[in-house]
Amino acid sequence: MKRTLEWQIATVKAIRQETANVKTLTLALLKWVPHRPGQHYDIRLTAEDGYSAQRSYSIGSEPERHGEIDITVERIRDGEVSPFLDDVVVVGDRFEVRGPIGGYFVWEASDGGPLLLVAGGSGIVPLMAMARHRAAVGATVPARLLYSSRSFDDIIYRADLDTLAKRDGLQVFHTLTRSQPEGWQGFARRIDDRMVAEVNKPFGPKAQVFICGPTALVETAADAAEAAGVAAERIKTERFGPTGA
Amino acid sequence: MSERFVTRGFVGKRQDSGAAASRIPPGQHLVKDFPVLSAGPTPRTDLRTWSFRIEGLVKEPAQWTWDEFGKLPAQEFVKDISCVTKWTKLDTRWRGVSADVLLEHVELDGRARFVVAFSDGGYTTNLPLPDVINGQAFVAYEYDGKPLAPEHGGPARLVVPHLYFWKSAKWVRGLRLIERDEPGFWESLGYNNHGDPWKEERYSGD
Amino acid sequence: MESERDLMLDGNAAAGVLQEIFGEEMTTALTTCDECATGSQMAMLRVFSGGPGLVLRCPACEAVMVRIAQTPRGTFVDVRGVRQMRLPLPSIR
Repeated sequence: MKRTLEWQIATVKAIRQETANVKTLTLALLKWVPHRPGQHYDIRLTAEDGYSAQRSYSIGSEPERHGEIDITVERIRDGEVSPFLDDVVVVGDRFEVRGPIGGYFVWEASDGGPLLLVAGGSGIVPLMAMARHRAAVGATVPARLLYSSRSFDDIIYRADLDTLAKRDGLQVFHTLTRSQPEGWQGFARRIDDRMVAEVNKPFGPKAQVFICGPTALVETAADAAEAAGVAAERIKTERFGPTGA
Repeated sequence: MSERFVTRGFVGKRQDSGAAASRIPPGQHLVKDFPVLSAGPTPRTDLRTWSFRIEGLVKEPAQWTWDEFGKLPAQEFVKDISCVTKWTKLDTRWRGVSADVLLEHVELDGRARFVVAFSDGGYTTNLPLPDVINGQAFVAYEYDGKPLAPEHGGPARLVVPHLYFWKSAKWVRGLRLIERDEPGFWESLGYNNHGDPWKEERYSGD
Repeated sequence: MESERDLMLDGNAAAGVLQEIFGEEMTTALTTCDECATGSQMAMLRVFSGGPGLVLRCPACEAVMVRIAQTPRGTFVDVRGVRQMRLPLPSIR
């Protein structure tokens, strides 16, 4: 599919605080095109003297929401762009974006399932686009999400995930690796072979697996999925930097 | 360059240069942190098998084990460094062995005019011999009073502060003396063969 | 220029640049490592942002497969580390 990537202006329509360090920016795009869940946009920020910085952010929203995209940004201490997006950007601000980009780490309902999504920290973002898209088109593909976070308060999209689970048959399994609230019933350790095998059990080797998060988590989960009998070609990964749970 | 859309309120992580402005080469900005940029994974070389060599157009190559290298006369160096990606860091403090000391251990062939520094992981960079001698280059194993961290090039890296920092090869394992220049990793991909920040020699043809 | 720059560490991170250079989506292109003959989709290559440029390495043997430097003089691309590249046929969408 030949398409030149062009920069366009995005306008911040809304800002939502997801957790203490994580915000979602809703961007309105004049030249919006439907994205494939899992894709990302590049954003480019330019200072008055011409100095510029560029970053990539996964789209967290479903393509069924026309004209706009959600990007979810985790504030990285000593970062150059995320503190700017967190501290300075307000509704009405504009910056350059280009996309949507990506062809490997994408899932659409027509790709079928069953679908196993595994996320660590801000790796949830592209998987959320997949889950929201699945709900938006009313797909009945069985889907499970295994999501690793440091603590209950660090769970990004927590309320939305609850809603998807109740409404839609997405089964959500949380694991909290550093601290758990009183009465916590979910997993309480880092993702490992046993956990992935347990969550994937009803899907077996036919699962389509998407894993996104910090490198260590991604590698562990990918190995675990293979150990659980899923063929390597059915496991897709996207590595983020050393952030997240 | 095309017209750029300026983003309200964005300045990046640059420091105000203030009184230090004259120490900052053209097009550079000051940073306080020490960015980590790499062409590959951080090698983890066992110090028991580590060695540093001077080879090529020399009468006899010289080689040191880690223990032997640590016994060479070393100095503290405080230098300003500049990366081609436009950050400059002032007063970086190193400890290491001057290239002059290392070259004293070999007899250069008359044809030796250039140096290729080679590193674990395959990285190379090339320098004219005159840029390596007379106190302009050293092999550092300490940064800021502590052993050089692997992500910054430890156990030892080349430091050539008067040129863009891509010439300061991390994880350096030796210098090879050659007659005809051999562009290294970035020099062969559009970057300047020499790399003087004061002349903004960033790209080939600059 | 800091850990945030490496927000994505595999070939997905190079997707935008690759699309700029090749004119089409490249992350699903199949590459063969010239060093060890391992086949990997471009998305699976390990990406390092070296500062001066991008380096894509074989996930199996770490050999350099693709080097990209975007400079004001043009974009330099070295694919000598890729023995063969297979691009998917355009899909009918």
